Amino acid sequence: MVIHHKILKGMVIPLGILVIWQIIAMHVNNSFILPGWNEILPFLLTPLAPLFGGPSLLENSLVSLERVLAGFLLAILIAIPLGLLCGWSDEVYTYINPFVQMIRPVPPIAWMPLAIAWFSIGFGSILFIIFIGSFFPVLISTLDGVRAIRVLWLDVAQTLGATPLEKFTTVIAPAAFPFIWTGLRVAFGIAWMCVVAAEMLPGTSSGLGYLIMYAYNLGQIQVIVAGMVVIGIIGILFDYLFRAGQSRLFTWQGKE
Amino acid sequence: MTGILPSDILRLTALSKSFLDGFHVCQALADVSFSVQKNEIVCLMGPSGCGKSTVLRIIAGLEAADSGTVQSGDCLNASCVHAAMIFQEHGLFPWLTVYDNIAYGLRLRVRSGKEGEIKETVTGLLALMHLEAFTGSLPHQLSGGMKQRVAIARALAIQPLILLMDEPFSGLDLFTRQELEDEILRIRNNYHTTFLFVTHNPEEAVYLADRIIVLSERPAVAREIIPVPFPHPRDTRDPGFIGIVRQITGRIRLKEEDVHQD
Ligand SMILES: Nc1ncnc2c1ncn2[C@@H]1O[C@H](COP(=O)(O)OP(=O)(O)OP(=O)(O)O)[C@@H](O)[C@H]1O
Ligand SMILES: [Mg+2]
Repeated sequence: MVIHHKILKGMVIPLGILVIWQIIAMHVNNSFILPGWNEILPFLLTPLAPLFGGPSLLENSLVSLERVLAGFLLAILIAIPLGLLCGWSDEVYTYINPFVQMIRPVPPIAWMPLAIAWFSIGFGSILFIIFIGSFFPVLISTLDGVRAIRVLWLDVAQTLGATPLEKFTTVIAPAAFPFIWTGLRVAFGIAWMCVVAAEMLPGTSSGLGYLIMYAYNLGQIQVIVAGMVVIGIIGILFDYLFRAGQSRLFTWQGKE
Repeated sequence: MTGILPSDILRLTALSKSFLDGFHVCQALADVSFSVQKNEIVCLMGPSGCGKSTVLRIIAGLEAADSGTVQSGDCLNASCVHAAMIFQEHGLFPWLTVYDNIAYGLRLRVRSGKEGEIKETVTGLLALMHLEAFTGSLPHQLSGGMKQRVAIARALAIQPLILLMDEPFSGLDLFTRQELEDEILRIRNNYHTTFLFVTHNPEEAVYLADRIIVLSERPAVAREIIPVPFPHPRDTRDPGFIGIVRQITGRIRLKEEDVHQD
């Protein structure tokens, strides 16, 4: 019951905004400035219909999602082993950490011109941006995870006969896993923002970001808003999945 | 130096150990020698910070001595002493169930396909430590006493030659503590386990130990070895019992006062 009430309370403001939006839209009566929901909803309700003679809303969403997953997986494959290695060996950490701290504050999208120069417009450069955007959160959370491991656990493992490699696989990795998971969640959110931004740049020809810019050029504000709603929904969906996984996988976290 | 007696399961000879603390060398152990016999409970006591944990960590192979030897059977250094250690904090792996925590050491040794044997051992230990109802629980669902029971079962699982315990019950309430002290005595009788037990509590030491070794203040030397001649179960109100508690309390306090004077 309590949860029910919370959800209801959380819906008050979004619904209020929708109502106010609709009232203002009816007053303004100009869909180039503020389209009404009666104009936006049809696009959301027919996600399979071709848009502007091209791919549908759903197809564009899948293209963006595909790019995000590719860049995200690539980042995970490199960042997690590297993070574990850094946490395991102080030597590696000392070499890598200053470099990481220097690169980290650069917003991923600022890499775009270089990305285009290196990988040309399209899949390659977008992949690179997503990679940069998700790599650092995963690396840093993995580092945090490995550094938060209690020496006591390692001592226990050693007295019970674990070799250094076994300490790594049976203590360091499982102890760092919840931290890594949090990093994945943050990284996915960033990657999702990166893909839309990268697709908005000239030269791309598919994806949600592209769709929004294309609709802008055609003055189709309804489609822009529909695209934004889809971006939001997908973002919330994945964040929910990560959080559901977290509460299921790591019931022990923070309760030792 | 006397040779190793047949009944000695562990013999420490002239252990010394210093730590480098920044630029400052801190000598923890000066000359620690004593032996532990099979099926014995030996308590190690001494003023705070005198090096009791360091002695156990050297035996467990977690720390290397600067000089001196740790002998056990044919084994002439700590790396081959088959010891298990229980720490003041339980040190259970919070992501493993009670069952998997107990099986941890066995799975490291018995590589694969022996899950049946492991199950037999773990089930036996769960029964021994009265943990059957918690087989699938995670450590955070257990009380402090239960956690320490799991830690003991996990250590016993690898069938150590000697069980090293570093103030294992000092974080527990009095009742749980007494319960676990009786468990130690029961395990010793039924499984012929050998214990080297560090405690700050003289009553606990006199209740459990066959012999009590009192270390001096840092750098530690083990000079006094006090035998406790009473049969188990011991009566904590017995005048002889109280006499030994007083004797030990006096020894440790005296040493601490020496330290404060200089
Ligand atoms: N890793 C270390 N680095 C530096 N100094 C250490 C280290 N471990 C122990 N020492 C020092 O060695 C001395 C003995 O420590 P130890 O923990 O063995 O004492 P203890 O008798 O177990 O103390 P307590 O009664 O508080 O448990 C202390 O002065 C401690 O500060
Ligand atoms: Mg200690």
